[in-house]
Amino acid sequence: MATLERDLRAPAAGRRFGFVLDRPEWLGPLMIAPAVLYIVAIVGLPFLLALYYSVSDISMGRRTLGFVGLKNFISVIPTSKFQTSLQNTFVFAIVSQVLVIILANILALALLKEFRGKWVVRLLLLLPWVAPISLGTIGWLWILDSIYSVINWTLEAFGLITADGWPMYLGKPYLAMGSVITVHVWRLLPLATVIILAGLTSIPKDIHDAAQVDGASFWRHHFQITVPLIRPILLVALLFGLVFAFTDMVVIFVLTRGGPYDTTQVLASLAFFTGIQGGDLAEGAAIAIFLFPLLLAVAFVFLRIARRSEVT
Amino acid sequence: MAAGTGRRWGLRVGHFGVVGLFTLFTAFPFYWMLVTTFKRTSDLLKRGNNPFVYNEAPTLENLRVLFQETFYVKWLVNTALVGVAVVVITLILAIPAGYALARLTGRWGEQLGIGIFLTYLVPPTLLFIPMSRVIGDLGLQDSLWSLVLVYPSFTIPFCTWLLMGFFKAIPRDLEEAAMIDGLSRFGAFVKVVIPISVAGVLTVVIFSFTLVMQEFVYALTFISSVRQMTVSVGVPTFLVHGDVYFWGSLMAGSFIASVPIAILYNFFVDRFIAGFTVGAIK
Repeated sequence: MATLERDLRAPAAGRRFGFVLDRPEWLGPLMIAPAVLYIVAIVGLPFLLALYYSVSDISMGRRTLGFVGLKNFISVIPTSKFQTSLQNTFVFAIVSQVLVIILANILALALLKEFRGKWVVRLLLLLPWVAPISLGTIGWLWILDSIYSVINWTLEAFGLITADGWPMYLGKPYLAMGSVITVHVWRLLPLATVIILAGLTSIPKDIHDAAQVDGASFWRHHFQITVPLIRPILLVALLFGLVFAFTDMVVIFVLTRGGPYDTTQVLASLAFFTGIQGGDLAEGAAIAIFLFPLLLAVAFVFLRIARRSEVT
Repeated sequence: MAAGTGRRWGLRVGHFGVVGLFTLFTAFPFYWMLVTTFKRTSDLLKRGNNPFVYNEAPTLENLRVLFQETFYVKWLVNTALVGVAVVVITLILAIPAGYALARLTGRWGEQLGIGIFLTYLVPPTLLFIPMSRVIGDLGLQDSLWSLVLVYPSFTIPFCTWLLMGFFKAIPRDLEEAAMIDGLSRFGAFVKVVIPISVAGVLTVVIFSFTLVMQEFVYALTFISSVRQMTVSVGVPTFLVHGDVYFWGSLMAGSFIASVPIAILYNFFVDRFIAGFTVGAIK
């Protein structure tokens, strides 16, 4: 009875706008539109602005927005500060990603086995990824302190270094880069590990059994059977890692502020110091734009993976 | 036989060693924060003191300073306020969008879904320069509203994507039955689909909130007065005066703001990974 009543009332309401709520071709776009508009407004527009700023003479506190062509690029590219930063960005991103992928593979294989207390271990392993990165890095700032470093104290206690030979982890060029990379690896390792672990656990068990019956050695088994099967997911882990590594400035901002002598300066941090702290928005935008081709490449690969997985 | 068990033990010890070393690497900074929190400054800043033990009696002084003499509590409140506002905006926009992408749109919806997800990868460091100008023009400089406005730019894409996957897993029969009973498509979504999607919605809430807590670049760019800061920016910039580091309070502030949320997040981590791995796992 109740349903009948509702059926009778429905068309009356439907005359105005009820049909919108029922027809997928209307309702679908209507439900997506707010989210898409929001994203276009706060990602799309600023992005276009970023492109335009890089060819304008905008700066903080001035209202002008004139077109100056490639002037910003011409003035910024030859500077040694920029070239060092560009080089550092690649060193930082590539070295940290190679380390992350190698270590995450080892760790994921170790976590494949069941053992007691695994959930506690997992929680501890995930901490660097889950905790706010600026705060985690503060912990490292103290661990790597020039005078009170716990690492140095331990090394000295074992007689590996002497009291007047304490390395200054954040104050010497190569050591500073090493420290920044280490902290970044620390931060991204958990994400890569769980992604790879998800890939490993998705491999059907009978494939492993078959390999074992055929007497494949551990290495052969790993590199000729497991790795090819998880290649798409390794790629996903690598892509996310690369994006985070190429564009991150938090670790560097907290640990070294790009120092000593710009030896840990990367494009993202240089854009911040030039554009926001220095107030030269146009030049800052020109520096940040160099991150864009890289993102484009990542997006391209990502789309290809997504498409391939649809086909199969 | 003996060789067999020996080998097995060897593997076990090796396995234990590998897992142990990694755990030490990831968790040590947090352990170190906890240890430092209760140390007296005179103990911390005396070279030669064994840093692994309390050479002087433990103290709560660092916590007192943190809570009474800094804006730490204010920062926590600010972070929570921004977090709640961003979660609300994200839910309002991402739930319908996720559902529509899962059910109401065909092929173009799938493309659009991937497009939306890709915007998650556009980094703050590419956008913060124009954003700072826009925020200034809107008069939101130094206001928490600037963060409320901008943070959905990364929570909406990822959450829409997560929810899309979540809604796809719900059997269509449920909505169809409701529609036969006289509900419109939208009515079925509101009255049938949303109530059984609590787990998915909760995931999105936790995820958005942690992303807000972690964000650093925008907050550093838009906010300059101490009272308006969020915890991720306040601690690293304002507990350091010139060259003087208040290590005890710094470590306490970092530990308190990171570990509890990390434990919460841990319960949901598998769902995020499902989102991250897109179609790479079948």
